[in-house]
Order: sequence, then C-alpha cells, then structure tokens
Amino acid sequence: MANLTLVQAINLALVQEMEKDDRVIILGEDVGPNGGVFRVTEGLHKRFGAHRVVDSPLAESGIIGTSIGLAMAGLRPVPEIQFDGFLGPAYDQLCSHAARMRTRTRGAFTVPITVRVPVGGGIHAPELHSDSPESIYAHQPGMKVVMPSSPYDAKGLLISSIRDPDPVMFFEPKRIYRAFREEVPEDEYVIPLGRARVVCEGGEMTVVSWGASVVQCMQAIERTGRSIELIDLRTIYPFDMAAVEASVKKTGRCVIVHEAPKTCGFGAEISARIMERCFLHLEAPVQRVAGFDTVMPYYKLELDYLPDASRIARAIEETAAY
Amino acid sequence: MPITKVFSTEIERISILDEHGKFDEKLGKGLIPDKDLVKLYEAMVACRHLDEVAFRLQRSGRMGTYPQNMGQEANSLGAAYALANDDWLVPCYRENCGLFWRGVPMEMVLLHWMGDERGNAIPRELFCTPLAIPIGTQMLHATGLAWAAKYRGEKRIACTFFGDGATSEGDFHEACNFAANLDIPVIFFCQNNFWAISVPGKIQCSAPTLAQRAVAYGMKTVQCDGNDLFAVVKCVRDAAEFTRSTGKPHFIEGVTYRLGDHTTADDARRYRDAAEVEMWKTRDPITRLRAFMKERKLWDDSKEGSLKERVEKEVAAAVERAETIAAPNRTDFFDSMYAEIPEDLRLQRDSTQTHGLGENPSQLDGVEVRKLDHPEHAH
Ligand SMILES: Cc1ncc(C[n+]2csc(CCOP(=O)(O)OP(=O)(O)O)c2C)c(N)n1
Ligand SMILES: [Mg+2]
Repeated sequence: MANLTLVQAINLALVQEMEKDDRVIILGEDVGPNGGVFRVTEGLHKRFGAHRVVDSPLAESGIIGTSIGLAMAGLRPVPEIQFDGFLGPAYDQLCSHAARMRTRTRGAFTVPITVRVPVGGGIHAPELHSDSPESIYAHQPGMKVVMPSSPYDAKGLLISSIRDPDPVMFFEPKRIYRAFREEVPEDEYVIPLGRARVVCEGGEMTVVSWGASVVQCMQAIERTGRSIELIDLRTIYPFDMAAVEASVKKTGRCVIVHEAPKTCGFGAEISARIMERCFLHLEAPVQRVAGFDTVMPYYKLELDYLPDASRIARAIEETAAY
Repeated sequence: MPITKVFSTEIERISILDEHGKFDEKLGKGLIPDKDLVKLYEAMVACRHLDEVAFRLQRSGRMGTYPQNMGQEANSLGAAYALANDDWLVPCYRENCGLFWRGVPMEMVLLHWMGDERGNAIPRELFCTPLAIPIGTQMLHATGLAWAAKYRGEKRIACTFFGDGATSEGDFHEACNFAANLDIPVIFFCQNNFWAISVPGKIQCSAPTLAQRAVAYGMKTVQCDGNDLFAVVKCVRDAAEFTRSTGKPHFIEGVTYRLGDHTTADDARRYRDAAEVEMWKTRDPITRLRAFMKERKLWDDSKEGSLKERVEKEVAAAVERAETIAAPNRTDFFDSMYAEIPEDLRLQRDSTQTHGLGENPSQLDGVEVRKLDHPEHAH
C-alpha cells in the first residue's frame, strides 16, 4: 500500500501491466525519456526500453492509426494523446476505424487499444488544454469511455481498460492529477468497466458525476448538509444505469454534474434514461449542472465556466425545494 | 535502357553572416541598409528581453505557461522585414519578433499567455493571424488566405511559420499539396529548432533536410541559416518575389535552435545535453549581429547601454498595459460565441446557471428555496 497521486497510480498500473504482458506498449508524444508532459510515463522508457515506450512523430492520427494496426496484429497499445484539445487529428482513426473494426469484420479483427488522454479544465492551461470531450466518444458506438476521479479507481480502471478486448478512451482529469493522495494497493486489483461507485449514501437526492467534478460535488454536498447520494459513474460508456436507477428510485430527485458543455453532454443521456426508467418515482425534474454551451474560455475566466461547488449547491437546493 | 533516372535534386543552403562573423559580401552587400539593420537588431534585443521578463512573470505566478522564442528571433523578423506590410503572417507561437515588427503590440502576446482572448484580437490591417496552438494546423489557413488574394487578383501573398515537429502532422502535407497543385502563393517557413518538446528531429524526419520535404510536392525550396538575419532576409525576399510573380508556393527551412525550454512548463535539461545548448549559444543570432555591427562601426557599447534602457522601459510598459487591463466580463465568452446569441445560450448567460430551474426561476414561483450563505467563488 502506498499513498499515491492519480499520476502515480496510473504510472503504477502501466508498470504492472507492462511487466506482466509484453504485448503492452506505449506510444505518443514525449512519453519516452521525458516521461510525458505530466510525467505519467516517468521511468517507463528506462525500465522497458525504447521499443516498448515509443516517442512518436508529432501526429495524432499517426499515433492512433498505427496503434490500430499494432492492435490488429495482437498487441495491446496504450497510446497517449498529449491533451484533450489535440484529439482532433485522431478523431477519424478513432471513430472511422477503431470503433468499427470488430463489427465490420464480424470479429475477425479487433482493436484493444487504451487511449490515455489528460482532460478537463481548472489548471490555468493555455487554449485547447482544458476540454472535456467524453460525450463525443460515448456517442460513437464501439467505443468505451472511462474517467476516474481518484487514484485508487484510476489504477483499477486502467488495468481493466488495458485488458479490455475493445477500444477504450481513458480520460484522466488533469485537475486532480496531483490534487490529493490516496492509499493505492501495490497488489493487483481491477475495477470492472461499467460499474459506478457510490461515493456517499443518502436518501434525499441523487447526484451523478464523474472525473474532477466529483470533487466539486463532494464540496457542494457538504455545504448543503443534506443527505445526498453521490454516484461517480467512473465509466461513461457502458454506464451503470442500474446504480443510477436504484438510487433515483430511492431519492426521487437527481442532479447531474459534468464539465463538458450542457447541450449533448453525457448528462443529457442519463437524464433521458431516468425519464425512461424512473418517471413515476420523480419528485422534481432532473437537473444538469454543466459547462456552458460556449467554447471553454481562456484561463482568466475558466472558473466562471466550470461547474463549482456553489453552482452545484444551488441546483441541489432548488431541486430539493421543487 | 531499362533503368533511367527520372528525377534528382539538390538543396541549396544560404548563409551570409556565419557564426564566426564571416560575411559573404557578394550575397550580403546592399541586402539590408545600415539604418534598417540597427532597427532590426534592436527589435531582436527587445524580443529577447520580453522573453526574459515573461519567464519571470510566469515563475512569480503573474502569467500562465509561456513559450520563449529565445534564439529563433531572426527567422520571423527577417521574414516580416522582407515581406510587404500587407502580406499575411500566419504564425505558430515562436514568431513574436516578426509580429512585433509588423506592429502587433507586445501586450497582445502577453495577454494571450495570461489567459485572455483579447490578446488575439489583432487589428485586421496588420495582416497577422493569432497564435496557433494546435500544431501543424495553421498552414492550411495560410494557403486559404493566399488563395483568397489570388482569387481577388491581389498581389498579397502569405507566409506561414511552423516547427520541425509540425511537419509530421497530416495537415502540413495537405497544405503543401494544396498550395503546390492549385498554384497558391504561400511561403512555408519551417523553423527547424531540432526539438519538438523532448522529441528530437530524427523522429520527425529521416531525410537530411526538412527543406526537401517540399521537393516531393514539386515545390521550390531552400534551406537557410535561420540564426543569420541576412540569410533569412535574402531567402524570404527571393521566395516572395518568386511566389508573387508565379503564384506558386515556396518552402524555406530556417535552421535554428530553441535556446530555452519548450515552454515554462518544460525542463529541457531532462532530455537534451547542456553541451548542445552551449554550442548553439555560440550561434546566437543577436550576438552574431552585434559583433558584425560593431565591426562595421554601426554599434558600440554606449549604444548598447542606451538600448538596454529603452528596451527595459518598452517591455515594462507592455507588461503594465497587459496587467492593468480591466478584468474581462464574465459574459464575454457568451457574447463572442455567435454573431447573434441563441436564446438558449442567452438564458445560460443571464442566469449564470445551466440547470433548468436556475435558468428558468419562474418554475420555482411560490416555492421556498433555502439560501446557502456562501459566496460565489472568488476570483
Ligand atoms: C496537434 C497538437 N498536438 C500536440 C500538441 C502539444 N505540443 C505543443 S508544442 C509541441 C511540439 C511542437 O514542436 P515543433 O513543431 O517543432 O515546434 P517548436 O515548439 O519546436 O517551435 C507539442 C507536441 C499541440 N499543441 N498540438
Ligand atoms: Mg521544433
């Protein structure tokens, strides 16, 4: 057991999977001797060599496209895209190939890649270093989408993602890369994809969130002093509707929180599912606290954009009063 | 004869004032009038000083991540000087010197890195596009800008800048291909500084020069010593003349070096040799030009002293303007999204909420909502 940051927990998961399975290789920009711009792959180049931890040319389409080929040949690539905002050039390979390969070949070829991407705002980063693109990839059939909110979960979820037979977008909320530490077992453990975590139990209302917003939700819940059940989705797709359904049927009220813009954010999907499954149990309309429907502003105004504890708490109070 | 040679090529390299101070009179004579040379030198010194100040601003928490331009000043400066004032400059983020020469106020670049979009609101009459963050993307825009000029029958051309790393992106190749095949008057200026953050040049290109990438597109190309202001001016002037008169693109590889870290978020000692940096310091474009000017009696220590004072004042004033600009309105990022704000977005702006009850408080008429007494987040 060690007290680790989220960065260290991911690093540990990578080390352990690479030791165990020589099909696992890492490729991306600056992942080699530099250990990645966030130091997530620190020490791996030295430990596993340049053939398994590969500094690639500066080309995201190339990183994902070649990962697809590597995976079709039976390897387990873990490509890194340096920042959320640079997924653009990779989109075609991800959505036109990685996500479709299994079905279009009826299983003859598969693409078990785990695409690691630091995401989200709140670190005073430059433009295009603060986006939350999870719903874009959740909308692409064939993709799995994961976003941990704690070091413990990050390790277990990453191991599951690497072993998963299908492509996984593994989004790492950079705002909490080093924000806190947690006991993370040295021993191997996995957290299955598609299983939510109940962060705290409560009877008055359900709050659903994921990634760095989970931390904001915890602060908001504390401020209200109410008995609230916080569900960390952990996997955005396939998501744990059973957990959400059970909780909302118990509480009758739900607030969903995410950093990504509100319109077509993943909160919309959950909200719609709640309507489908829990309609007669609802005491109030499902509410969403999200990023605004604007481009993420440069950092002077980023805190005005991101859902924070006071916005979340207000939504909780209004939903409770309704 | 079953095997014939269908193509072969050579890449020229232009150097006029080399790092040992040797000056090629034949190429260099009359290239830059003395009076301009002094101004160009002063511009490089100012830009270098801004880099130093920006670094300290970042370290003391007064600015976000900043990419120093140190060592590469001559590339964009020589280009901006050689081009017409209404030719497009389409930069990446290591072209501060050229942008300042064109007239972009220093504080705009500072504002950009201070996390303020107003730093990108470059007056249109300067014909400069804002800094480009997604690597390798802006060369296509330059191609479009130059295409528009051609479409309208204007003499304007575009010159776009990018790094060695950027030549690995697909968009770079698409830009070259469009420009070459559709005959578009754009100059592709690659600042080869040998590193893309921690990744060395050999990962981006296995050919001995980046200049020869253009050959495969049937594009004219040249390599120049990018730390030699004279060579840059000559190459860009020649390329601009070619491009303007033929309507065809031209590639330039400026061989240079990033003397600083990639950005203030980087520590280059982790991946490159101190000896390499030291070697490149001896090729610094500024010291080289200063020595030349001194030798030609265009410059002396007292001029250097008074320049230093002027530059310190100039940069301090720019910092002051950047730091004292009124805080942006929290509604700015809504109001600038569309020409006309959609009703749905206006609701978000005016309510500062996204949850339906907050956007439309009338739904809570007659309902008592508990008020929590905590402040909205502090700035
Ligand atoms: C599409 C994209 N991918 C990755 C990045 C992150 N990044 C910023 S600068 C950089 C290296 C750029 O190298 P180069 O093109 O040689 O320019 P230099 O910084 O050396 O001037 C990288 C990988 C980015 N900004 N955009
Ligand atoms: Mg470079």
